[in-house]
Amino acid sequence: MWEYTKKVRDLFLNPRNVGEIENPDAVGEVGSIICGDALKLTLKIDKDTGRIIDAKFQTFGCASAIASSSALTEMVKGMTLDKALQLSNKDIADFLGGLPEQKMHCSVMGKEALEAAIADFRGEAPVTEPGERVVCKCFEVTEEKLRKVIMENHLTTVEQVTNYTKAGGGCGTCIPDIEAILREIWALKPLPVKPKKPRKLTNLQRIALIQDIIQRDIRPALQADNGDIELIDVEGSRVIVALRAMCIGCRMGGVTIKGIEEKLRELVGDDIVVEAAAE
Amino acid sequence: MISPIYLDNNATSAVAPEVLEAMLPYLKEFYGNASSMHTFGGQLGAAIRKARESVAAIIGAEPAEIIFTSCGTESDNTAIMSAIEINPQKKHIITTRVEHPAVYNFCKHLARKGFRITFLPVDNAGRLSMDAFYKALDDDTAIVSIMYANNETGVIFPVEEIGAALKERGILFHTDAVQAVGKVPLNVKKLPVDMLSMSGHKLHAPKGIGVLYVRKGTRFYPYIIGGHQENGRRAGTENVASIIGLGKACELAADSIETENSCLSKLRDKLEKALLANCPDARVNGDREHRLPNTTNISFEYVEGEAILLRLNEFGICASSGSACTSGALEPSHVLHAMGVPFTALHGSVRFSLSRYNKESEIDRVIETMPSIIKELRLLSPYGRERMAAKVCK
Repeated sequence: MWEYTKKVRDLFLNPRNVGEIENPDAVGEVGSIICGDALKLTLKIDKDTGRIIDAKFQTFGCASAIASSSALTEMVKGMTLDKALQLSNKDIADFLGGLPEQKMHCSVMGKEALEAAIADFRGEAPVTEPGERVVCKCFEVTEEKLRKVIMENHLTTVEQVTNYTKAGGGCGTCIPDIEAILREIWALKPLPVKPKKPRKLTNLQRIALIQDIIQRDIRPALQADNGDIELIDVEGSRVIVALRAMCIGCRMGGVTIKGIEEKLRELVGDDIVVEAAAE
Repeated sequence: MISPIYLDNNATSAVAPEVLEAMLPYLKEFYGNASSMHTFGGQLGAAIRKARESVAAIIGAEPAEIIFTSCGTESDNTAIMSAIEINPQKKHIITTRVEHPAVYNFCKHLARKGFRITFLPVDNAGRLSMDAFYKALDDDTAIVSIMYANNETGVIFPVEEIGAALKERGILFHTDAVQAVGKVPLNVKKLPVDMLSMSGHKLHAPKGIGVLYVRKGTRFYPYIIGGHQENGRRAGTENVASIIGLGKACELAADSIETENSCLSKLRDKLEKALLANCPDARVNGDREHRLPNTTNISFEYVEGEAILLRLNEFGICASSGSACTSGALEPSHVLHAMGVPFTALHGSVRFSLSRYNKESEIDRVIETMPSIIKELRLLSPYGRERMAAKVCK
């Protein structure tokens, strides 16, 4: 059984603003009986002030769909159209005190109906243009809608996308397409890479790690330039090395030491200091 | 919380007081292990033997043909896996599009492993296409698994005819009889099945106990491997208390099955008739003739099932729905879908499933409550208005 908030239960059992406004100024219809939920929103708008005077809804759907629709009508009454357009599906969910994750698509349906109604009032093209690529054929979800909902709600997994849009919840053949869209969107805006937490190393581990890095990463790079390096000692965070072969007397010796220090700081610890051994 | 009007017995049923009574000593003082060498544990063997006899009796089997498992799902999985193990060269399985997930999803899983699965279709009334069944049989078929009665609609399949056809051809036959045992008389002496699954909690025993009947002489390979329990056919320490409980539940069911059936079907029919009469645009899903006596599945067009259930819940009435929204899945019931129930009715299905503990007064309460719930939800819905208006005009 779903864990619905008191507010959801209240608006489901005693929904406000049910019905259809006669001679409405705006109508927004989304969803279909095939998909399992549908919402028809009608608005009365004051043309001078651009304010929504009245809002009514008819919803076919589950408890959270009915509650989301009712919440939407409560929220937009008295709002200007511009303000109303700024409402997000999250605002609707928040108004309800939250929705179960799997029911978030109900709040998205509310937002879509509102957008459709305002577009209708302004004589704009419907939100979904014909000929657009339908990604999920079971629930007729377009790529544009997917992108919008993914960006607005910062969704990162297919499961979340299904919860918010239903896409991928039917036969599942579009799941690779949804994955591709997610990858594309978040590759443009990669999340900040979490800084590596400094590990607490014992002295032995620390020395072994430094030896390993010098052996595997640093020496091959230097040897490629006919140089070499030898690890002389590790004293706490001080790493003492001796440059060998072509590195000896190389004018770039200081730079090389600095480079090694950076590498070791990145992989071992921030406090590493690399020094050249006094010969 | 008010005491519920529980009409969801195909989901699970109340543990009978007599069953609980019979179980308690085995949860308290007799906590031994039946396999032990000491009397304290070993004495449980006799109690298990008696329970096995009672369970065998309800389906007309011999005690040695009864394997206790943990649930109906385990029994179903075991039957199919056994058939695969003993027919390693055969790669074809036949089942139906309306099976319980315990078989349906298990077969889908096997399809991913390279098995060829035939999912037999049903007609609008949920009746199996026997034509498709005969056509699907071939010499590569390892097992046929077809349910005895459907959990959502209660429709009973012609298991006898199917079994006879398979016996002639020497193909293994398993039936998931989880919804049937205890509700309709069933006798494996007359029923040509090789394996049959049942589940305790559907007939007033607790959850966590199931049975797989395996006909004597049927080759069998265990699914759960380990100790020697159940004659080496199902490893794992016996769930003694639940086995005793199931034995008791089977005795109770056997005693009352005939009288109970006519009583249940009377109540069910009363409910069904009244709801169809008092709620416009309602329809029964499934064949009303060949059906479990306790089940009715009714679709209320233009409204959604979860909404109906939660409104019923306000009155303490428990039922279930094939609606997508109730399960967390987004697709409505695969059973109703396979039956070609129209979309206007697919999301608004409600299943009422009765038990011997339901009283007529409870049914009356549902009959009183339901029409106004449907009416209120229809007023919320953008669909079906023209039809409703037309009805008023008449």
